Amino acid sequence: METLAPQAKSVLRLTVNNHPGVMSHVCGLFARRSYNLEGIMVRPIADTDGKKSRMWLLLNEEEKLQQVISQTEKLVDVLSVEKHELEDSVFEKTQGFFNS
Amino acid sequence: MTDSANNPIPQAAQRLSGSQLIIKLLERQGVTTISGVPGGANLPMYDALVGSDIKHILARHEQGAGFIAQGMARVTGEAQVCFASSGPGATNLITAVADARLDSVPLIAITGQVPQHMIGTDAFQEIDTFGLMLPITKHNWIVRSVEELLEVIPEAFRIALSGRPGPVSIDVPKDVQNQMIDVTEWPEPGKAIETPEFDAADVTKMMERIRAAHRPVLMIGGGIVYSGATELLREFAEKLDIPTVQTFMGLGVLPHEHPLSMGMLGMHGARYTNYVLEECDMLIGLGVRFDDRATGKVEAFCPKAEIIHVEIDHSEIGKVKNPVLSIRGDVGEVLEIANRDLEPMQRPLWQQRVAQLKEASPLILDGDDELFRPYGAIKHVANILDDSANISTDVGQHQMWVAQAYPMNRPRQWVSSGGLGTMGFGMPAAIGAALAQPDRKSVCFSGDGSIMMNIQELATAAEENLDVKIIVLNNGHLGLVRQQQTLFYDKNLSSVKFNQGTDFAACAESMGVKGVDLAKEENPLEALKTALLEHGPCMINLPISETEMVYPMVAPGGANRDMIGGEA
Ligand SMILES: Cc1ncc(C[n+]2csc(CCOP(=O)(O)OP(=O)(O)O)c2C)c(N)n1
Repeated sequence: METLAPQAKSVLRLTVNNHPGVMSHVCGLFARRSYNLEGIMVRPIADTDGKKSRMWLLLNEEEKLQQVISQTEKLVDVLSVEKHELEDSVFEKTQGFFNS
Repeated sequence: MTDSANNPIPQAAQRLSGSQLIIKLLERQGVTTISGVPGGANLPMYDALVGSDIKHILARHEQGAGFIAQGMARVTGEAQVCFASSGPGATNLITAVADARLDSVPLIAITGQVPQHMIGTDAFQEIDTFGLMLPITKHNWIVRSVEELLEVIPEAFRIALSGRPGPVSIDVPKDVQNQMIDVTEWPEPGKAIETPEFDAADVTKMMERIRAAHRPVLMIGGGIVYSGATELLREFAEKLDIPTVQTFMGLGVLPHEHPLSMGMLGMHGARYTNYVLEECDMLIGLGVRFDDRATGKVEAFCPKAEIIHVEIDHSEIGKVKNPVLSIRGDVGEVLEIANRDLEPMQRPLWQQRVAQLKEASPLILDGDDELFRPYGAIKHVANILDDSANISTDVGQHQMWVAQAYPMNRPRQWVSSGGLGTMGFGMPAAIGAALAQPDRKSVCFSGDGSIMMNIQELATAAEENLDVKIIVLNNGHLGLVRQQQTLFYDKNLSSVKFNQGTDFAACAESMGVKGVDLAKEENPLEALKTALLEHGPCMINLPISETEMVYPMVAPGGANRDMIGGEA
């Protein structure tokens, strides 16, 4: 079983407009700037009438993290970016779904 | 006929199709000229253009249309629009959009798309324009309903113009263009939003540091141009007596002969300019992004200097160089505060050292009195023209010679593809400059390689009878590649010679543009003068030797101190 080594990983919590295309904008950014994205979890935010989504990102980018955040904040449909701990994150809690 | 679209609250609802709505919204944005090429998927938009006051420039290739709009945007600072159809029309636009992204140019690309019910079926001329434009725009849309246009069009202008400018693209399926809507209320035209706030106390801190520095250098870039901060910058530099380097995008901010100007830095900067940067103890970057052609090997760039960085795009701060102090904001606003009660000071020791380095290692413009040599050709053209002319280039040696030697004396005079380095940029951009500023001459320096990449736009220049002058520095080669092969690949020249030459003067004539071949003129200088000074488009062929080189040169990836050539 692979464990998540907490040192190297960071978790970002994004609030985004729930448009078609938002996922492409976020994933496209990570791909073209070659940021290591290890996990992504998205759902519409309850009580926003389907207008906003929450996107959780699991990153392996300690060094470039500030740059990653700045670039992500520039995306028009990204309303906010917050840094979170891996501990107790959605990625830890769902680890069971990702074991072989 | 009165146009109720210009009235914010029309008496009665106006029934419009999506394409009519697009044109009305563009008119309300103040758009007067659109370049483009029609096709199946944008037919409704072209139908709606008829009867509009917007002038359409029919480019001969969508890439030409994109660069024409860029030329208009670069000399005015306004957002400009280009049109293309779906599929190949959209793919042809891609290069011009990507180019706008890297040089922060507010370009709005509006493309037709197949009707929504056919999207995803590999329909005729269907491509994923949204997906293709996504990585090369500030933001982009595919419009799903006619109502969305009311939001998307003003938003597109807002985004293109706000903060650090850039391109956006809007893909409009044909059924959305045909869908009807009753418009009762018009949205406000989109314009740049307020610039980010910053703490004036940081400016005070910055000033303290700058005053305390012994050997400061200013590095100024496109941000000064885009913020309209040229006058403020000149005052700032002069009062603080700081030697100044300009990035490729910042050329013209300080006049060419300004005593504080050290010209361009980096790969093709003067030797002394790069040496001064080696010695400086503080580098103040204003509206710059520390591009690798400017910095060379980053670890070796300004090794003794503390960095101060003022930049509107916060993701540029700390991306390449970690500053000791940074301000995220509009550089003009920062300078305005900095200039308040600015006590003049002098730096005689540092200026003396700079003068010494300049004396020992000046920029050498070899052959600048000979018409058929690169610097000579450029100097002769500059002597014939005045500062009102806009100067564009293509990409290659000729571009770097012009960047080094042409006396650029005002912002937005210089129009060149910096970040993407796109051959084929020059002539259509010059056409755009001439369209936007018909009272200025629009002069494009090109090479015999680059000019072929959008040569079809000669016909567009002729059709509009624009005052565009194209000077081809013709070396029969892809000169800059030849130079690199000569210097870095042991003279192993591979695919850089055109064995079949082109008669550019005849080629121009065939498209209704006057052609002059200076090689065939009895008095070439007189012929050049006449060609430049009379009104109307003209193609001027000026042969030069293929052995000419751009010096100095820093090897790609090398440190700026390790320059090749250009010794006094
Ligand atoms: C579209 C495009 N393709 C290829 C290149 C690579 N390239 C850079 S300079 C150059 C040669 C340019 O030749 P020319 O326009 O004749 O100018 P010169 O260097 O001879 O002045 C080439 C092929 C490029 N910059 N852009």
